[in-house]
Amino acid sequence: MPWDRNQMAARAAQELQDGWYVNLGIGIPTLVANYIPEGVEVTLQSENGMLGMGPFPFEGEEDADLINAGKQTITELPHTAYFDSAQSFAMIRGGKIAMAILGAMEVAENGDLANWMIPGKLVKGMGGAMDLVAGVGRVVVVMDHTNKHGESKVLKACTLPLTGKSVVDRIISNLGVLDVVDGGLKIVELADGVTEEELRAATEATIVD
Amino acid sequence: MPRVAHTDPEGERMKKIYGSAAEALDGLLFDGMFIAAGGFGLCGIPELLLDAIKDAGTKDLTFASNNAGVDEFGIGILLQTKQVKKMISSYVGENAEFMRQYLSGELELEFNPQGTLAERMRAGGAGIPGFYTKTGVGTVIAEGKEHKDFNGQTYIMEEGIFADLAIVKAWKADTTGNLIFRKTARNFNVPAATCGKVCIAEVEEIVPAGTLDPDAIHLPGIYVHRIIEGAHEKRIEQRTTRKKESA
Repeated sequence: MPWDRNQMAARAAQELQDGWYVNLGIGIPTLVANYIPEGVEVTLQSENGMLGMGPFPFEGEEDADLINAGKQTITELPHTAYFDSAQSFAMIRGGKIAMAILGAMEVAENGDLANWMIPGKLVKGMGGAMDLVAGVGRVVVVMDHTNKHGESKVLKACTLPLTGKSVVDRIISNLGVLDVVDGGLKIVELADGVTEEELRAATEATIVD
Repeated sequence: MPRVAHTDPEGERMKKIYGSAAEALDGLLFDGMFIAAGGFGLCGIPELLLDAIKDAGTKDLTFASNNAGVDEFGIGILLQTKQVKKMISSYVGENAEFMRQYLSGELELEFNPQGTLAERMRAGGAGIPGFYTKTGVGTVIAEGKEHKDFNGQTYIMEEGIFADLAIVKAWKADTTGNLIFRKTARNFNVPAATCGKVCIAEVEEIVPAGTLDPDAIHLPGIYVHRIIEGAHEKRIEQRTTRKKESA
Protein backbone atom coordinates (compact mmCIF):
# COMPACT_ATOMS: atom_id res chain seq x y z
CA MET A 1 0.00 0.00 0.00
CA PRO A 2 1.43 3.40 -0.92
CA TRP A 3 1.52 5.98 1.85
CA ASP A 4 -1.50 8.24 2.23
CA ARG A 5 -1.27 12.00 2.85
CA ASN A 6 -0.87 11.61 6.58
CA GLN A 7 1.73 8.84 6.29
CA MET A 8 3.73 11.00 3.86
CA ALA A 9 3.53 13.89 6.33
CA ALA A 10 4.59 11.60 9.18
CA ARG A 11 7.56 10.37 7.13
CA ALA A 12 8.52 13.94 6.27
CA ALA A 13 8.41 14.83 9.98
CA GLN A 14 11.24 12.32 10.51
CA GLU A 15 13.44 14.73 8.56
CA LEU A 16 13.19 17.33 11.33
CA GLN A 17 16.03 17.78 13.77
CA ASP A 18 15.92 19.25 17.24
CA GLY A 19 16.48 23.01 17.30
CA TRP A 20 15.78 23.58 13.61
CA TYR A 21 13.90 26.52 12.12
CA VAL A 22 11.69 25.14 9.36
CA ASN A 23 9.22 26.43 6.77
CA LEU A 24 6.29 24.20 5.80
CA GLY A 25 4.49 24.80 2.51
CA ILE A 26 0.76 24.62 1.87
CA GLY A 27 -1.04 21.26 1.53
CA ILE A 28 0.52 18.00 2.76
CA PRO A 29 3.58 19.87 4.14
CA THR A 30 1.26 21.70 6.57
CA LEU A 31 0.27 18.30 8.03
CA VAL A 32 3.91 17.65 8.97
CA ALA A 33 3.37 19.85 12.04
CA ASN A 34 1.03 17.15 13.41
CA TYR A 35 3.81 14.51 13.42
CA ILE A 36 6.83 16.25 14.92
CA PRO A 37 8.64 13.47 16.83
CA GLU A 38 8.69 13.42 20.61
CA GLY A 39 11.72 15.24 21.98
CA VAL A 40 12.30 17.20 18.77
CA GLU A 41 11.67 20.93 19.07
CA VAL A 42 11.38 22.80 15.82
CA THR A 43 10.33 26.40 15.28
CA LEU A 44 8.00 26.88 12.33
CA GLN A 45 8.48 29.96 10.19
CA SER A 46 5.57 31.55 8.36
CA GLU A 47 6.96 33.73 5.60
CA ASN A 48 4.41 36.48 6.12
CA GLY A 49 6.42 37.41 9.20
CA MET A 50 6.45 34.99 12.11
CA LEU A 51 8.67 32.46 13.84
CA GLY A 52 7.01 30.12 16.31
CA MET A 53 3.73 29.36 14.55
CA GLY A 54 1.09 27.80 16.81
CA PRO A 55 -2.00 25.71 15.97
CA PHE A 56 -5.35 27.00 14.70
CA PRO A 57 -7.21 29.08 17.31
CA PHE A 58 -10.24 27.86 19.21
CA GLU A 59 -13.53 28.98 17.75
CA GLY A 60 -14.22 32.58 18.72
CA GLU A 61 -10.54 33.33 19.34
CA GLU A 62 -9.59 34.06 15.71
CA ASP A 63 -7.50 37.19 15.24
CA ALA A 64 -7.50 38.94 11.85
CA ASP A 65 -3.97 40.19 12.59
CA LEU A 66 -2.62 36.66 13.09
CA ILE A 67 -2.51 34.49 9.98
CA ASN A 68 -0.11 32.10 8.27
CA ALA A 69 1.20 32.22 4.70
CA GLY A 70 -1.94 30.37 3.56
CA LYS A 71 -3.99 33.24 5.05
CA GLN A 72 -5.42 30.88 7.69
CA THR A 73 -6.02 32.10 11.23
CA ILE A 74 -3.40 30.68 13.63
CA THR A 75 -2.05 31.29 17.14
CA GLU A 76 1.24 32.30 18.70
CA LEU A 77 3.47 30.36 21.10
CA PRO A 78 5.53 31.54 24.09
CA HIS A 79 8.66 31.91 21.92
CA THR A 80 6.93 33.56 18.93
CA ALA A 81 8.59 36.50 17.20
CA TYR A 82 7.01 38.76 14.57
CA PHE A 83 8.83 40.72 11.87
CA ASP A 84 8.23 42.36 8.52
CA SER A 85 8.35 40.68 5.09
CA ALA A 86 11.82 42.02 4.19
CA GLN A 87 13.21 40.59 7.44
CA SER A 88 11.33 37.34 6.82
CA PHE A 89 12.94 36.79 3.45
CA ALA A 90 16.30 38.02 4.71
CA MET A 91 16.37 35.00 7.01
CA ILE A 92 15.15 32.74 4.20
CA ARG A 93 17.57 34.05 1.58
CA GLY A 94 20.32 34.27 4.16
CA GLY A 95 20.22 30.53 4.79
CA LYS A 96 18.98 30.74 8.40
CA ILE A 97 16.06 28.40 7.77
CA ALA A 98 17.38 24.84 8.00
CA MET A 99 14.75 23.20 5.83
CA ALA A 100 11.67 23.82 3.73
CA ILE A 101 9.12 21.07 3.10
CA LEU A 102 7.14 21.88 -0.03
CA GLY A 103 4.66 20.38 -2.46
CA ALA A 104 5.52 19.90 -6.13
CA MET A 105 3.95 19.41 -9.55
CA GLU A 106 7.19 18.01 -11.01
CA VAL A 107 10.72 17.23 -9.82
CA ALA A 108 13.60 16.36 -12.12
CA GLU A 109 16.56 14.05 -11.49
CA ASN A 110 18.90 17.07 -11.22
CA GLY A 111 16.77 18.58 -8.44
CA ASP A 112 14.84 21.05 -10.61
CA LEU A 113 11.48 21.87 -9.06
CA ALA A 114 8.26 23.03 -10.73
CA ASN A 115 5.41 23.92 -8.42
CA TRP A 116 3.96 27.29 -9.34
CA MET A 117 2.68 27.49 -12.89
CA ILE A 118 0.92 25.47 -15.56
CA PRO A 119 1.03 27.38 -18.87
CA GLY A 120 -2.44 28.05 -20.25
CA LYS A 121 -4.04 27.52 -16.85
CA LEU A 122 -4.85 30.03 -14.18
CA VAL A 123 -1.60 31.37 -12.76
CA LYS A 124 -1.86 32.63 -9.22
CA GLY A 125 1.79 33.37 -8.62
CA MET A 126 4.84 31.88 -6.97
CA GLY A 127 4.38 33.56 -3.61
CA GLY A 128 7.49 32.85 -1.56
CA ALA A 129 8.36 29.48 -3.13
CA MET A 130 11.19 30.73 -5.36
CA ASP A 131 12.84 32.53 -2.45
CA LEU A 132 12.50 29.50 -0.19
CA VAL A 133 14.06 27.00 -2.58
CA ALA A 134 16.88 29.42 -3.41
CA GLY A 135 17.68 30.20 0.20
CA VAL A 136 16.99 27.49 2.75
CA GLY A 137 19.53 24.88 3.78
CA ARG A 138 17.64 21.82 2.60
CA VAL A 139 14.59 21.38 0.36
CA VAL A 140 12.38 18.33 0.86
CA VAL A 141 9.49 17.79 -1.53
CA VAL A 142 6.39 15.88 -0.50
CA MET A 143 4.13 14.82 -3.35
CA ASP A 144 2.32 11.99 -5.10
CA HIS A 145 4.68 10.06 -7.35
CA THR A 146 2.30 10.19 -10.31
CA ASN A 147 -0.43 12.56 -11.49
CA LYS A 148 -4.09 11.65 -11.78
CA HIS A 149 -3.48 10.21 -15.25
CA GLY A 150 -0.86 7.86 -13.79
CA GLU A 151 2.04 9.76 -15.39
CA SER A 152 5.27 10.15 -13.44
CA LYS A 153 5.92 13.48 -11.70
CA VAL A 154 9.51 12.40 -11.03
CA LEU A 155 11.11 13.20 -14.37
CA LYS A 156 14.34 13.34 -16.32
CA ALA A 157 13.58 17.02 -16.93
CA CYS A 158 10.70 19.22 -15.82
CA THR A 159 8.21 20.21 -18.50
CA LEU A 160 6.61 23.02 -16.47
CA PRO A 161 8.19 26.42 -15.73
CA LEU A 162 10.67 26.05 -12.87
CA THR A 163 10.43 27.34 -9.34
CA GLY A 164 14.12 26.65 -8.85
CA LYS A 165 17.02 24.99 -10.63
CA SER A 166 18.80 22.07 -8.90
CA VAL A 167 17.24 22.91 -5.55
CA VAL A 168 15.57 19.69 -4.33
CA ASP A 169 17.55 17.48 -1.92
CA ARG A 170 15.01 14.77 -1.13
CA ILE A 171 11.64 13.59 -2.47
CA ILE A 172 9.11 11.93 -0.19
CA SER A 173 6.32 10.49 -2.32
CA ASN A 174 3.49 8.07 -1.69
CA LEU A 175 5.82 5.32 -2.97
CA GLY A 176 8.94 6.06 -0.99
CA VAL A 177 11.92 8.34 -0.39
CA LEU A 178 14.49 9.35 -3.01
CA ASP A 179 17.56 11.56 -2.80
CA VAL A 180 18.91 13.77 -5.54
CA VAL A 181 22.51 12.63 -6.10
CA ASP A 182 25.11 12.87 -8.87
CA GLY A 183 23.68 11.30 -12.01
CA GLY A 184 20.09 10.92 -10.85
CA LEU A 185 17.96 9.78 -7.93
CA LYS A 186 18.87 7.25 -5.28
CA ILE A 187 16.23 5.16 -3.56
CA VAL A 188 16.47 5.70 0.19
CA GLU A 189 13.35 3.93 1.33
CA LEU A 190 10.23 2.23 -0.02
CA ALA A 191 6.77 2.90 1.36
CA ASP A 192 5.31 -0.04 3.27
CA GLY A 193 4.24 -2.72 0.82
CA VAL A 194 5.64 -0.93 -2.24
CA THR A 195 8.22 -2.86 -4.23
CA GLU A 196 11.29 -1.37 -5.85
CA GLU A 197 9.89 -2.44 -9.23
CA GLU A 198 6.70 -0.48 -8.58
CA LEU A 199 8.66 2.62 -7.61
CA ARG A 200 10.97 2.30 -10.62
CA ALA A 201 7.99 1.82 -12.95
CA ALA A 202 6.40 5.03 -11.63
CA THR A 203 9.63 7.00 -12.02
CA GLU A 204 10.75 8.54 -15.32
CA ALA A 205 13.95 9.92 -13.81
CA THR A 206 17.22 7.99 -13.83
CA ILE A 207 17.63 5.91 -10.72
CA VAL A 208 21.22 5.29 -9.67
CA ASP A 209 22.54 2.78 -7.17
CA MET B 1 -8.59 69.63 7.87
CA PRO B 2 -5.01 68.94 8.88
CA ARG B 3 -4.18 70.31 12.27
CA VAL B 4 -1.34 72.48 11.08
CA ALA B 5 0.71 74.73 13.29
CA HIS B 6 4.00 75.23 11.55
CA THR B 7 5.57 77.66 13.95
CA ASP B 8 5.78 76.09 17.37
CA PRO B 9 7.65 72.84 18.02
CA GLU B 10 4.63 71.09 19.57
CA GLY B 11 2.47 72.01 16.59
CA GLU B 12 5.22 70.89 14.24
CA ARG B 13 4.80 67.40 15.62
CA MET B 14 1.05 67.41 15.17
CA LYS B 15 1.05 68.46 11.54
CA LYS B 16 1.29 64.86 10.30
CA ILE B 17 -2.21 64.11 11.57
CA TYR B 18 -5.09 64.40 9.11
CA GLY B 19 -8.80 64.14 9.71
CA SER B 20 -9.65 61.53 7.10
CA ALA B 21 -8.16 59.31 4.39
CA ALA B 22 -9.41 61.73 1.72
CA GLU B 23 -7.72 64.68 3.44
CA ALA B 24 -4.50 62.75 3.85
CA LEU B 25 -4.48 61.93 0.12
CA ASP B 26 -5.26 65.50 -0.91
CA GLY B 27 -2.71 66.81 -3.43
CA LEU B 28 -0.89 63.49 -3.76
CA LEU B 29 -2.97 61.57 -6.29
CA PHE B 30 -2.51 61.72 -10.05
CA ASP B 31 -3.41 59.45 -12.95
CA GLY B 32 -0.69 56.94 -13.87
CA MET B 33 1.00 57.09 -10.46
CA PHE B 34 2.90 54.29 -8.75
CA ILE B 35 1.71 53.23 -5.30
CA ALA B 36 3.35 50.77 -2.89
CA ALA B 37 0.85 49.20 -0.52
CA GLY B 38 1.38 47.17 2.66
CA GLY B 39 -0.52 44.06 3.63
CA PHE B 40 -0.44 40.29 3.12
CA GLY B 41 -3.69 38.83 1.83
CA LEU B 42 -6.29 40.90 3.64
CA CYS B 43 -4.12 41.16 6.76
CA GLY B 44 -2.78 44.61 7.55
CA ILE B 45 -4.04 46.28 4.38
CA PRO B 46 -4.63 50.06 4.24
CA GLU B 47 -8.35 49.61 3.74
CA LEU B 48 -9.36 53.21 4.52
CA LEU B 49 -6.88 54.71 2.07
CA LEU B 50 -7.86 52.22 -0.65
CA ASP B 51 -11.50 53.25 -0.17
CA ALA B 52 -10.55 56.90 -0.48
CA ILE B 53 -8.50 56.27 -3.63
CA LYS B 54 -11.56 54.56 -5.09
CA ASP B 55 -13.68 57.61 -4.25
CA ALA B 56 -11.04 59.94 -5.74
CA GLY B 57 -11.28 58.01 -9.04
CA THR B 58 -7.56 58.22 -9.80
CA LYS B 59 -6.81 56.08 -12.86
CA ASP B 60 -4.06 54.01 -14.51
CA LEU B 61 -2.55 53.11 -11.15
CA THR B 62 0.42 50.79 -10.79
CA PHE B 63 0.46 48.95 -7.47
CA ALA B 64 3.37 47.17 -5.86
CA SER B 65 1.49 44.97 -3.42
CA ASN B 66 2.05 41.34 -2.48
CA ASN B 67 -1.59 40.49 -3.30
CA ALA B 68 -4.50 42.09 -5.10
CA GLY B 69 -7.19 41.68 -2.44
CA VAL B 70 -10.43 39.84 -3.04
CA ASP B 71 -13.22 41.01 -5.32
CA GLU B 72 -14.90 43.33 -2.85
CA PHE B 73 -12.13 44.15 -0.40
CA GLY B 74 -8.61 45.52 -0.54
CA ILE B 75 -7.15 46.44 -3.94
CA GLY B 76 -9.98 44.38 -5.41
CA ILE B 77 -12.31 47.37 -5.04
CA LEU B 78 -10.05 49.41 -7.36
CA LEU B 79 -10.12 46.58 -9.89
CA GLN B 80 -13.93 46.71 -9.89
CA THR B 81 -13.74 50.39 -10.86
CA LYS B 82 -10.93 49.71 -13.38
CA GLN B 83 -8.55 52.15 -11.74
CA VAL B 84 -5.59 49.77 -11.83
CA LYS B 85 -3.35 49.50 -14.89
CA LYS B 86 -0.66 47.22 -13.49
CA MET B 87 0.01 45.01 -10.49
CA ILE B 88 3.44 43.98 -9.19
CA SER B 89 2.63 41.04 -6.91
CA SER B 90 3.75 37.58 -5.84
CA TYR B 91 0.34 35.95 -5.58
CA VAL B 92 -3.00 37.02 -7.01
CA GLY B 93 -5.38 34.11 -6.41
CA GLU B 94 -8.79 34.54 -4.77
CA ASN B 95 -9.81 37.37 -7.08
CA ALA B 96 -12.14 36.62 -10.00
CA GLU B 97 -12.29 40.16 -11.40
CA PHE B 98 -8.51 40.34 -11.38
CA MET B 99 -8.30 37.16 -13.45
CA ARG B 100 -10.98 38.38 -15.85
CA GLN B 101 -9.16 41.66 -16.50
CA TYR B 102 -5.77 39.96 -16.71
CA LEU B 103 -6.90 37.28 -19.18
CA SER B 104 -8.66 39.88 -21.35
CA GLY B 105 -5.48 41.98 -21.46
CA GLU B 106 -6.97 44.97 -19.61
CA LEU B 107 -4.61 44.56 -16.69
CA GLU B 108 -0.85 44.21 -16.70
CA LEU B 109 0.75 41.83 -14.21
CA GLU B 110 4.37 41.53 -13.14
CA PHE B 111 5.02 38.55 -10.89
CA ASN B 112 7.79 39.06 -8.36
CA PRO B 113 8.89 36.35 -5.94
CA GLN B 114 7.61 37.42 -2.54
CA GLY B 115 11.04 37.97 -1.00
CA THR B 116 12.25 39.80 -4.08
CA LEU B 117 9.25 42.12 -3.90
CA ALA B 118 9.87 42.84 -0.20
CA GLU B 119 13.57 43.44 -0.81
CA ARG B 120 12.87 45.66 -3.83
CA MET B 121 10.76 47.86 -1.54
CA ARG B 122 13.33 47.78 1.26
CA ALA B 123 16.14 48.58 -1.18
CA GLY B 124 14.24 51.47 -2.76
CA GLY B 125 13.54 52.90 0.67
CA ALA B 126 17.20 52.53 1.61
CA GLY B 127 18.44 54.32 -1.53
CA ILE B 128 19.68 51.13 -3.18
CA PRO B 129 18.71 51.03 -6.89
CA GLY B 130 19.61 47.38 -7.46
CA PHE B 131 20.76 44.23 -5.71
CA TYR B 132 21.70 40.65 -6.54
CA THR B 133 19.68 37.64 -5.41
CA LYS B 134 19.74 33.91 -6.07
CA THR B 135 15.93 33.83 -6.08
CA GLY B 136 14.60 33.02 -9.53
CA VAL B 137 17.89 32.03 -11.17
CA GLY B 138 17.13 29.50 -13.91
CA THR B 139 13.43 30.45 -14.02
CA VAL B 140 11.30 32.80 -16.15
CA ILE B 141 11.91 35.47 -13.49
CA ALA B 142 15.57 35.66 -14.52
CA GLU B 143 14.87 36.24 -18.23
CA GLY B 144 16.32 39.53 -19.43
CA LYS B 145 17.98 40.28 -16.12
CA GLU B 146 21.69 40.80 -15.49
CA HIS B 147 23.40 37.63 -14.19
CA LYS B 148 26.53 37.81 -12.09
CA ASP B 149 28.61 35.20 -10.27
CA PHE B 150 29.78 35.68 -6.70
CA ASN B 151 31.86 32.96 -5.02
CA GLY B 152 30.91 30.45 -7.69
CA GLN B 153 27.16 31.03 -7.41
CA THR B 154 24.98 32.79 -9.96
CA TYR B 155 22.75 35.69 -8.95
CA ILE B 156 20.38 37.99 -10.84
CA MET B 157 20.00 41.72 -10.44
CA GLU B 158 16.70 43.07 -9.19
CA GLU B 159 15.86 46.75 -8.97
CA GLY B 160 14.77 48.79 -5.98
CA ILE B 161 11.22 50.16 -6.02
CA PHE B 162 10.75 53.90 -5.83
CA ALA B 163 7.04 54.64 -5.58
CA ASP B 164 5.22 57.96 -5.79
CA LEU B 165 3.21 57.09 -2.72
CA ALA B 166 3.24 54.44 -0.01
CA ILE B 167 0.04 53.50 1.83
CA VAL B 168 0.30 51.35 4.93
CA LYS B 169 -1.72 50.20 7.90
CA ALA B 170 -0.33 50.08 11.45
CA TRP B 171 -1.81 49.35 14.85
CA LYS B 172 -0.70 52.50 16.67
CA ALA B 173 1.04 55.70 15.74
CA ASP B 174 2.25 58.42 18.02
CA THR B 175 1.71 62.01 16.93
CA THR B 176 5.15 62.09 15.28
CA GLY B 177 4.41 59.06 13.11
CA ASN B 178 6.38 56.43 15.00
CA LEU B 179 4.53 53.20 14.20
CA ILE B 180 3.81 49.94 15.98
CA PHE B 181 2.26 47.01 14.15
CA ARG B 182 0.37 44.08 15.59
CA LYS B 183 1.32 40.41 15.05
CA THR B 184 1.49 39.28 11.40
CA ALA B 185 -0.20 42.50 10.22
CA ARG B 186 3.29 44.04 10.01
CA ASN B 187 4.26 42.08 6.86
CA PHE B 188 4.82 44.32 3.82
CA ASN B 189 3.84 47.51 5.65
CA VAL B 190 7.38 48.26 6.82
CA PRO B 191 9.21 47.88 3.49
CA ALA B 192 6.32 49.50 1.56
CA ALA B 193 6.31 52.53 3.87
CA THR B 194 9.96 53.24 3.23
CA CYS B 195 9.87 53.15 -0.60
CA GLY B 196 7.34 55.92 -1.24
CA LYS B 197 8.22 59.57 -1.86
CA VAL B 198 5.38 60.20 0.57
CA CYS B 199 4.01 57.67 3.05
CA ILE B 200 0.54 57.75 4.57
CA ALA B 201 -0.16 55.47 7.51
CA GLU B 202 -3.67 54.61 8.66
CA VAL B 203 -3.81 53.35 12.23
CA GLU B 204 -6.30 52.09 14.76
CA GLU B 205 -5.14 54.56 17.38
CA ILE B 206 -3.04 57.70 17.52
CA VAL B 207 -1.41 58.21 20.91
CA PRO B 208 0.57 61.18 22.29
CA ALA B 209 4.30 61.26 21.63
CA GLY B 210 6.06 59.73 24.60
CA THR B 211 3.41 57.06 25.08
CA LEU B 212 5.07 54.38 22.95
CA ASP B 213 8.22 52.70 24.24
CA PRO B 214 11.04 54.15 22.08
CA ASP B 215 12.76 50.76 22.18
CA ALA B 216 9.68 49.10 20.72
CA ILE B 217 9.03 51.28 17.64
CA HIS B 218 8.76 49.10 14.52
CA LEU B 219 9.01 51.95 12.02
CA PRO B 220 10.43 55.36 12.99
CA GLY B 221 8.32 58.39 12.13
CA ILE B 222 10.92 59.73 9.70
CA TYR B 223 9.38 57.41 7.09
CA VAL B 224 5.79 58.49 7.79
CA HIS B 225 4.52 61.82 6.47
CA ARG B 226 0.80 61.69 7.08
CA ILE B 227 -1.27 59.77 9.62
CA ILE B 228 -4.97 59.06 9.95
CA GLU B 229 -6.87 57.21 12.63
CA GLY B 230 -9.97 55.13 11.89
CA ALA B 231 -12.04 52.04 12.54
CA HIS B 232 -10.88 49.01 10.53
CA GLU B 233 -12.97 46.10 9.36
CA LYS B 234 -9.93 43.75 9.34
CA ARG B 235 -11.55 40.97 7.34
CA ILE B 236 -10.43 37.34 7.77
CA GLU B 237 -9.74 35.49 4.50
CA GLN B 238 -9.55 31.87 5.78
CA ARG B 239 -11.16 31.34 9.16
CA THR B 240 -9.60 28.15 10.52
CA THR B 241 -10.22 26.89 14.05
CA ARG B 242 -9.77 23.78 16.17
CA LYS B 243 -12.18 22.16 18.60
CA LYS B 244 -11.57 22.36 22.30
CA GLU B 245 -10.62 18.82 23.33
CA SER B 246 -12.14 17.49 26.51
CA ALA B 247 -9.20 16.43 28.64
